[in-house]
Amino acid sequence: MFELLAIHPAVAELGQFLILGLVLGSLYALIAIGYTMVYGIIELINFAHGDLFMLGSFLALGVAIGLGVLTADAEVAWVILTIVLMLILTPLFCACLNVTVDRIIYRPLRKSPKLTVIVSAIGVSFIFMNIGLFWRGATPVKFPDLIADTNLIEGTGFRFTWKDAMVVGITVPAMIALTVLVKFTTLGKAMRATAQNPLAAQLMGINVNRVISATFAIGGALAGIASVVYGLYIKSVDYQMGFQNGLYAFTAAVLGGVGNIPGAVLGGLVIGVVGELGKAYLGAKWSEALIFGILIIILLFRPTGLLGARTREKV
Amino acid sequence: MSFGRIWVLLLFVALAAYPFLPLAEANRGEQFTVLFIYAILALGLNVVMGYAGLLHLGIAAFFGIGAYTVGILTVPFLPFQQSFLVAALAAVAASAAVGIAVTAPILRLRGDYFALVTLGLGLITLYAIRNLDAITEGTKGMNPIEAGPVPGIPDTVDMSPLRLRPDWGFRWYKYPYLYFLSLGTLALVMLLLRNLEKSRLGRAWVALREDELASACMGLNPARLKLAAVALGAGLAGLAGAFYAMALRTTGNPQAYDFTLSIIMVCCVILGGLGNRSGVLLGTFILMGFDRIITNILDNELQALQQRLDLNWGGQAYTKVSGWKLMIFGTVLILMMRFRPEGLLPEARHQRELHPEVGEAQGEAAAQREAGETPSENA
Repeated sequence: MFELLAIHPAVAELGQFLILGLVLGSLYALIAIGYTMVYGIIELINFAHGDLFMLGSFLALGVAIGLGVLTADAEVAWVILTIVLMLILTPLFCACLNVTVDRIIYRPLRKSPKLTVIVSAIGVSFIFMNIGLFWRGATPVKFPDLIADTNLIEGTGFRFTWKDAMVVGITVPAMIALTVLVKFTTLGKAMRATAQNPLAAQLMGINVNRVISATFAIGGALAGIASVVYGLYIKSVDYQMGFQNGLYAFTAAVLGGVGNIPGAVLGGLVIGVVGELGKAYLGAKWSEALIFGILIIILLFRPTGLLGARTREKV
Repeated sequence: MSFGRIWVLLLFVALAAYPFLPLAEANRGEQFTVLFIYAILALGLNVVMGYAGLLHLGIAAFFGIGAYTVGILTVPFLPFQQSFLVAALAAVAASAAVGIAVTAPILRLRGDYFALVTLGLGLITLYAIRNLDAITEGTKGMNPIEAGPVPGIPDTVDMSPLRLRPDWGFRWYKYPYLYFLSLGTLALVMLLLRNLEKSRLGRAWVALREDELASACMGLNPARLKLAAVALGAGLAGLAGAFYAMALRTTGNPQAYDFTLSIIMVCCVILGGLGNRSGVLLGTFILMGFDRIITNILDNELQALQQRLDLNWGGQAYTKVSGWKLMIFGTVLILMMRFRPEGLLPEARHQRELHPEVGEAQGEAAAQREAGETPSENA
């Protein structure tokens, strides 16, 4: 089948961009889940989420520097150890940070108007960016290139490298784990109940504040995983990267129907693919405009997103 | 006259007097000019957010449209060569028209979805400006912008007959002439908004903001009211953009009109007091003044201090005050939202909403004052 496709260069090219788009899209999806879960439960557009992702990638970089594993030439065992350590420490760090911020800053504002909490989140985002600036400076920093670019499907006309495999191999299990957690555990049930109706959930004996903390922890951990994957894949990090990637991820969340986890994944994949196709056929400088254009068009026809419930807003 | 209005008046008098003072500097005055321009922009955003109650995250795009309209109509390499007055009016019209055109289809979106689409539209506008480099010169910006003030007067008009101090320049677009012009425009905008708040339209906006369904039942047309607010807000933002391009004499890098500016403007409006024009003015002066002026002064002072004490702290970001800017911004925003979410100078109605327990007595008094001020023929 691959050989058949490879005959047509245009098809091969399209397929290549699709692969790239899906890889990047699963990365956005991972960040988008953090947005969508927090929005689903406390209706907060968490502007600080992208910057949390940025701080996570800085920590992952710190792990690599600390272990002295800076190139792919290092021993395989060391490379694997470094990546595993990154994948443990970074999500832990991001989860703790996210929970702490919620505890100190958002929790006292639970009963405030939405705008008040959003502005607080913008404030947190500014502080995170400043911490990032102090941590690694204003210029982009090289992230160690630990994974080889060897093509795994040589001879088919496509490229799918170890790096792509790494992205898929980390993001897909993370999403499956999340789905299992939300669908089949008591905590997941409590989260769904709280998202539906916090007051009723509380009356049923659910500790709503603990559920919200858990949501922030899970969202933060996923952003942490995404930041490791991003660093290893893109190989360059800087203190402003949280803004652009956070914006894409947030767009993905809304595109899929904010509050809806499968929607966020779908939205992320759509954004990744649209962005890559836009770059390929319209030129890199129009691809961002295309992403937001598609977002607006979809929202105009489906105001609650692709998978969002078609509910009328209560008055 | 209440204290609230006296300080605004005093502030304007002081600012108008500033260029005559012996301590006045042209550099500082030019920085003040930019503050006035941002204040006009923030007042425009306040019409959309404070009066009509729509969270708008793309106001910077209209600022950019205003600046680029002036750029296109005045730069030497394009054939139009209009004066500033014509270009500024065109900028207002263009921004308002774009505002209506892009907002009309999205009015049925609610709350956060509306906010998100305005964000997207703002970014698309910015990318379009950046990418249409055949006209807009891309990231280089359009320059030089050196139009005459009104039709028939050349761009090199000599303002020395109006020179009240020996160090004042000659060109109309230089300090202090543009300073006075933008300050005067700001004062006019404040007056316009004051009258508008009391007018039929202003009161309809308040009703719409408080309860869209109820106001629709009373015969108001929510869609038309929202469009009017966006048109006015975008028009004011376009006016601010026109002045901005003139003050800088270039449109600058399109990056100057990105999402960050929109967000900072939202912060200015909320910090000052959503819906209260004096509060918005104060919020903008404090936030943008800190961003553009105070950090620079403190940095220079710190540098001088280091030299005097023969210290070398190196060029790290954290050894400069400007390196802490975002940290300070963020902390101020968080503390404000925690302890004074209604802003520095709250609007009476908004204050009552956020503090139902303390606001009763004060709120009633304020409401009566408001009602008393409203001329009966407008009712």
